[in-house]
Amino acid sequence: MSMTTILQHCLTGISLGGAYALIAIGYTLVYGILRLINFAHGDIFMMAGYFMIFALTSFPWPIAILITLVVTTLMGIGIERAAYKPLRSAPRMSIMISAIGVSYLLQNLSTYLFTAIPRGYPEIPFLKKIFQMGELSASFVTILTPILTIILVVILMILVNKTKTGMAMRAVSKDFETAKLMGININRVISVTFAIGSFLAGVGSILYFTDRMSVTPFSGTLPGLKCFVAAVFGGIGNIPGAVVGGFFIGIVETLLVALGYSTFSDAFTFFLLIVMLLVRPTGLFGEKTVEKV
Amino acid sequence: MLKIKRNHLYSIIVLTLLMVFLYWLNANRLQNGMLVSVLQKGVILALVAVSMNLLNGFTGLFSLGQAGFMSIGAYTTAILLIPVQNLDGVYYMNGVHPAIRAFKMMVASSPEFIQIIFPFIALLLGGLLAAFAAAIVGIAVLRLKSDYLAIATLGLSEIVRAIFSSPQFDQVTNGSYGLNKIPNFPPMLWGAIPSLITPFIVVSICIVFIVFLIKSSYGRAFKAIREDEIAAEAMGINLFKHKSMSFIISSFFSAIAGGLLAMYMRSIEAKTFSITLTYDILLIVVIGGIGSVTGSVLSAFLVTAAKEWWLRFFDQPLLIGSWQVPLFRTGFRMVIFSILLMIVVLIYRRGIMGTNEFSWDRILKRLKFKRSKEGGKK
Amino acid sequence: MKKLTVCLLVFLLASSVLFAAGGTEQKSGVKEVVIGVFEPLTGENGGGGYQEVLGMRYANKVYPTVKINGETYNVRLVEADNKSDKTEAVTAAQSLISSGASVILGSYGSGVSIAAGDIFLDNKVPAIGASCTNPQVTLGNDYYYRVCFLDPFQGTVMANYAWQEGAKKAAVITQLGDDYSSGLGNFFSRAFQGLGGSVVSEQRFQTNTTDFKSILTNIKAANPDVIFAPSSIATAPLIIKQARELGITAKIMAGDTWENSSIIENAGISAEGVVLSTFFDDADPATAEAAKFIEGFKKYLVENKQPDIIPAVSALGYDAYITALKAIELANSTKGPAIRDALAKVDLEGVTGRIVFDANGDANKDMAFIKVVENGQFKFLKTVSVM
Repeated sequence: MSMTTILQHCLTGISLGGAYALIAIGYTLVYGILRLINFAHGDIFMMAGYFMIFALTSFPWPIAILITLVVTTLMGIGIERAAYKPLRSAPRMSIMISAIGVSYLLQNLSTYLFTAIPRGYPEIPFLKKIFQMGELSASFVTILTPILTIILVVILMILVNKTKTGMAMRAVSKDFETAKLMGININRVISVTFAIGSFLAGVGSILYFTDRMSVTPFSGTLPGLKCFVAAVFGGIGNIPGAVVGGFFIGIVETLLVALGYSTFSDAFTFFLLIVMLLVRPTGLFGEKTVEKV
Repeated sequence: MLKIKRNHLYSIIVLTLLMVFLYWLNANRLQNGMLVSVLQKGVILALVAVSMNLLNGFTGLFSLGQAGFMSIGAYTTAILLIPVQNLDGVYYMNGVHPAIRAFKMMVASSPEFIQIIFPFIALLLGGLLAAFAAAIVGIAVLRLKSDYLAIATLGLSEIVRAIFSSPQFDQVTNGSYGLNKIPNFPPMLWGAIPSLITPFIVVSICIVFIVFLIKSSYGRAFKAIREDEIAAEAMGINLFKHKSMSFIISSFFSAIAGGLLAMYMRSIEAKTFSITLTYDILLIVVIGGIGSVTGSVLSAFLVTAAKEWWLRFFDQPLLIGSWQVPLFRTGFRMVIFSILLMIVVLIYRRGIMGTNEFSWDRILKRLKFKRSKEGGKK
Repeated sequence: MKKLTVCLLVFLLASSVLFAAGGTEQKSGVKEVVIGVFEPLTGENGGGGYQEVLGMRYANKVYPTVKINGETYNVRLVEADNKSDKTEAVTAAQSLISSGASVILGSYGSGVSIAAGDIFLDNKVPAIGASCTNPQVTLGNDYYYRVCFLDPFQGTVMANYAWQEGAKKAAVITQLGDDYSSGLGNFFSRAFQGLGGSVVSEQRFQTNTTDFKSILTNIKAANPDVIFAPSSIATAPLIIKQARELGITAKIMAGDTWENSSIIENAGISAEGVVLSTFFDDADPATAEAAKFIEGFKKYLVENKQPDIIPAVSALGYDAYITALKAIELANSTKGPAIRDALAKVDLEGVTGRIVFDANGDANKDMAFIKVVENGQFKFLKTVSVM
């Protein structure tokens, strides 16, 4: 394999990893606070893809992006209100089943509304501009994805560490009950968490689908699961960890496909998950806690 | 004493009626193709649902690996049962592994008795293979708790699927092409039980076994683990042993169901056993009531019949007079279905049966209660 | 509440028996013959399946009746969605059989056809495949017929074409778990190597993959003259666009599935120059039936809010339907075995050419149309016949 080929693969991997990282943050935030694998997160990401398609048919792209992000964020909050909030005191298994149910519903609903036939993702011209760097060639979005991811993560870190809402979020994820007793409005914090997660999934969706150009009702399932693995890998509840995990999985997956093991590229992700859970259940950067895994 | 006898009598009557019904169905199977196929699929899914329930409902281990173990059973059964003369047709692209061909030749030339029971041996082998796999991965995975276990088992089933569909195993699993020409259900007892009824008998035996297991001291230990692991351990229950036992048995029966599914479908591929299949089974378990065997069985039939049959009209455009009913088009059925699931999850959290089992006493009591209420009205 | 649930349960279970009994009674009374349509309307191949169904529906509109023993029977189409999924295929097939179908048409996608083949065989209901090109569909199944050509033929045609165009090195991209894609890719490789060319890169991808950059980067490194990528309509624009994005200039070729306007729509300018083989060309009607079909079907497409470009699979769907009618007429019966025997003797002029079945149940089609994408349109290039 020549150097250019390897570099080209790495570029693809990093770009994929950037989108994964954005989705993984959503998982990590929600899990940190509710101890819930939000199975529907991947489908929120998929729905964001459809929102963009429809928004872009009638609006210029800056407004369309705005609409997509707002609607996605609202949907995230709505799902939490409708499907998770009523089960707050129920056993964890019920909430998880509810999450699977929401994912099932979103998939079937979008199959019904938009048919299962893949929809072409509209092009935003400046994102698709092709750059040539010597032998390497890539569209602008490929380069933009990792950069934007880093910027968003930095902003998010500031938000979590410096603002009052961020403090509340950290408090709730540390100890749900105590935080409640201290007068923190749990429901608001949870809503904010879902809003942030969905917002980032929306951004990730725009970057991911612009690069891949087609949306189907099932295009959220696998990226969703992979991003959860990324979150676990980096240490669930830990934002920089999720980012590192996202990039790692993106790159390794790309390399595996490049080496001709495309069958095992998904399997690898899960293999990584199992190994990680057994060797270091708290993930790369996770804090040591007593009862977590 | 009298009560027990009476309940037994009722059970025997119902069972006899069911058998008569099945034989009637067998005699009239051509007119009732859909009913036969829905019932057969239902009974197979019932077994998976019950085995998933054993793990999720009775032992409290939230596992999502059912599809993976089913695929082990299905592939083993299919590979063992594809007739020798069809091997070249099935493995038309990459050829079949010589060992498989040799083994099949050996089976084909074995005494007739072995050939007759061979399909059941194949089912059993599939089950044992899955149980073996479960025993090995159980050592690693069962240390995890709740949601981590769920996602790890989900991952496992994806790994199994990747292995089955990988080009590296083309000569065994036929990689991406899947297996077809799988023989239908074999008849039992030299034809006394026609092939149509076979899955019902096999599944009944398996479910009866699971029910006995749940009623035994092991079952009580499982429930103790479900309620409180630490307390259970304090009571002297070996956590790991019981958890892995539940995991292995559940995998074994899932694989048997997988083998039956292969016989039912006549053609399988790795895609058949994707995450969606596990979700479908989870749906059955949830609707039936987590922790109820009869609930799982009932809901397996209901869900299958509703999905494949009763609700099919949702997918067809419907005209009442000249007014086209809106909403009715392809995909609507599944939307209705998922909404139903969400309603069960959010509102009727206990499903059809909750954690209760079917019992004659309860039914009779209810009937009496109704009667007395009506009497009161007069 | 609980009581209500129990009552509902009992009612449903009881009604299922009634349903079963009721199903058979419907048939008497009205003189009608049921033709089952076994096609994917959702799932990966939903788009192609829908186009095929349109052809069948249109054919049903043109020929709504059939004469059996001098009596006129209404033909009723019953559609079942197999969701492009082999698991669903079995139940969908079963539902068609229990609705009393005399003949089954379909399916788009070979995998589901193979999966359901044994059910049709067991129930002795003949099936006529419209565009399922994999050899396994009809092989060893007495009740499966088809009106299109086969993958070995199609693979050879494309390999010959590539070779004639001066290509020496080819790359092949196939989809794991898809009979059509893997089969056709394999046949192409064999034929191309047989001609003396070399296959420099064989790449496989998983179903639902949307990111082809890594496999395409590998292909770019191998520097082939042509890329053969038989795959579903869904994946086509992705492969085409991502290849061009990576600066791959090799000619991209594929099989019949790619003749779908949505590919051009989605891939835009990148689709220019893509070459594919197909069953039918609406600019050059081969038979009288074809001329009639082209005129009427274009209007029908507009009525159904489709672009007025006739997809080859619609033509095949139409052919499958008229073949079924012909067979029912010849058999003078609505019974499966009789129709099957009649099918073996069918000889008619369809839209896609003459239809005669060989011993295997395959139509003797020895001509493929090669088309190229030019200015956002499929343009007829030439016909190729091998054998």
